Amino acid sequence: MSLLATPRDAGYRSGPDGARNGAGRGIRRGEAVAGWLFMLPVLVILGVFLLVPVLMALWVSFSDWSGRGSPLSSGVGFVGLDNYAAVTTGGGLAERDFGIALRNNAWYVLLVVPLQTALALFLAVLVNRAVLRGRGVFRTAFYFPSVTSSVAITVLWLFLFSTSGVVNTVLARVGIAGPNWFNDPSGVLHNLLGALGLRTGPDALTQHGFLGVTWWDWLAGPSVAMSAFVLMAIFTTSGTFMLLFLAGLQNIGPEVEEAAMVDGANAWQRFWRITLPQLRPTLFTVLTLGLIGCWQVFDQIYTGTQGGPGKTTLTPAYLSYQSAFLSQDWGQGAAIAFILFVIIVLLTILQRWILRERPDVPRRSRRGRPNPRPNPSGNPDRTTEADR
Amino acid sequence: MSLTLGRNAGRTTGGGRSRGTNRGTNGGLRRRPRKALAWQIGLYALLIGLALVYVYPFLVQLATSVKTEADAAADPVSLVPDPLTWSAYARLFLRSDFPVWFANSAIVTVLVTAGRVFFDSLAGYALARLHFRGRGVIFAALVAVMAVPTVVLLIPKFLVINQLGIYDSYAGMVLPLLVDAAGVFIMKNFFESIPASVEEQARIDGAGTFRIFWSVVLPMARPALVTIVILSFQGSWNELSHFIVAAQSPDLTTLTKGVASLASGQLSQGSQYPIKLAAAAIMTIPVAVVFFVFQRRIMNTSEGAVKE
Repeated sequence: MSLLATPRDAGYRSGPDGARNGAGRGIRRGEAVAGWLFMLPVLVILGVFLLVPVLMALWVSFSDWSGRGSPLSSGVGFVGLDNYAAVTTGGGLAERDFGIALRNNAWYVLLVVPLQTALALFLAVLVNRAVLRGRGVFRTAFYFPSVTSSVAITVLWLFLFSTSGVVNTVLARVGIAGPNWFNDPSGVLHNLLGALGLRTGPDALTQHGFLGVTWWDWLAGPSVAMSAFVLMAIFTTSGTFMLLFLAGLQNIGPEVEEAAMVDGANAWQRFWRITLPQLRPTLFTVLTLGLIGCWQVFDQIYTGTQGGPGKTTLTPAYLSYQSAFLSQDWGQGAAIAFILFVIIVLLTILQRWILRERPDVPRRSRRGRPNPRPNPSGNPDRTTEADR
Repeated sequence: MSLTLGRNAGRTTGGGRSRGTNRGTNGGLRRRPRKALAWQIGLYALLIGLALVYVYPFLVQLATSVKTEADAAADPVSLVPDPLTWSAYARLFLRSDFPVWFANSAIVTVLVTAGRVFFDSLAGYALARLHFRGRGVIFAALVAVMAVPTVVLLIPKFLVINQLGIYDSYAGMVLPLLVDAAGVFIMKNFFESIPASVEEQARIDGAGTFRIFWSVVLPMARPALVTIVILSFQGSWNELSHFIVAAQSPDLTTLTKGVASLASGQLSQGSQYPIKLAAAAIMTIPVAVVFFVFQRRIMNTSEGAVKE
């Protein structure tokens, strides 16, 4: 503390005339040192516990380290892409497990991201009304699940969705026999097709596959057990994203909306044509955060099902943990982690690209933009470019 | 598809309606209150219904924690325990490792929160105000760090913690969490929003960089610091995966790890839902208290953060 303060104090006091010059240079020099000193703890900790580990794990993913001793010791051999090959093209159990985990998580993402975004937006619009009484209470109610730990929520969920639990009891009261939630490995889509009489897939789908999983099994949909996790994710994250949407809504000036009202646009039109386009930046943020979060499902699986029933809640993140820490297959565990990393990065880039491209597509209809009134020739997509 | 249809439908009906309102403002005024009232009632009904769905699970959790196991199984929906019993809590606190878990979580959370408040604001100040070579590179690196998904770091973190010989120690549990890139970001943004004139005055008075930071700037940063406290508290109290890979000794088990092991049935025979839900309820209390104390700030901060 005093070390940093002294040089400048001395420089300033050295003489009234040269003081300004001396102090000026001193401040510059002191600042550089102080800047690095201020950054030091963050740099050291992130370096030691983030950068170095990633490099070490990258090495492990190319090695045959068995978990004994240090992965940097001389006895550990370089095996090239063997670990990556084992989980992607090996044809064995490792490949199949990875395929199953990817399928499970893909369905999870496909359901959770749109649903949580839509629900969060819906809640935000409801709660944002100026005339609403007790909106603080409603906000609190919707946000509260977001602050609790995923472990506590999972424990609660295991109880709510147990065979004779709260959900099934409520369902029974309205005459529905609820499923065996966390013990039911059957895929939701397969069940729907089964109800229509289609119990086995066509040969084209059952004979071929990807990553050791047949196309028919890829199309199984999330298992009933995974669906319970889907509901849980929507329940816990919609509050957080509602806050983001609320912030976005409050940034929108009332002028455009009022103008639209004067022009006679009804509430439904105003939402789709005025509000939503202006919320576009927030929408990007929510979708990206949702996508990244959904590919990292770990806590819930670790606490709740450990991948069961029938591996239908296995996710790449949990599989990576399982391979390394439980099966001592460190190379494969690390390889899965890096593949997952690449998937997340690629999907994030893809999503940004898709969402960034769209404003340029329906350029021709822009002339009609400031007029929110019904436009018979209106291209439905044209609303999306109103925020530009 | 259906959205598009809905929008088109709305458009046509809207056309008719708009003409109607333009024609007779008086009639509209007379008609509006009754219609608005119906809307209002519908809105409140919807909101109350939704709020119930969000709150009811937590009420069930509390109620079940003071039920007997037979009662919990027989009538899971009821919020009235019959009979009321505290045996789940007694079991947790008197005949299990639960107090150890709680203490460990508390220790780790306090240390991590203190560390993050101090280190994040130091770094945030440096990035916002101090001119030094390499600042841009560091900033870019921080952005990159924030993009790394935490789940990918499980194995890497274990490798380094093991290599450094701090596996199964508080050091291994606390040190890697002591700093977070997002917190540095929040502090940097906040410091940039403070006018520099205050610091210049202090500088002219001869205060050193750390003194300016500590006694002039930091006190002004209270709102941002509270944000960091809330986020770190919540983050480290709810952290699970890091503690799984950083320690295995029962003496170092945190609440998240302990309750997760309860959930997979390591302490009990049978379902034992009252005990599990009591454990989950106690675990929720500290974050709930922080949430309700700082509620207004939590709601407003995230609004302010995006607004800037």
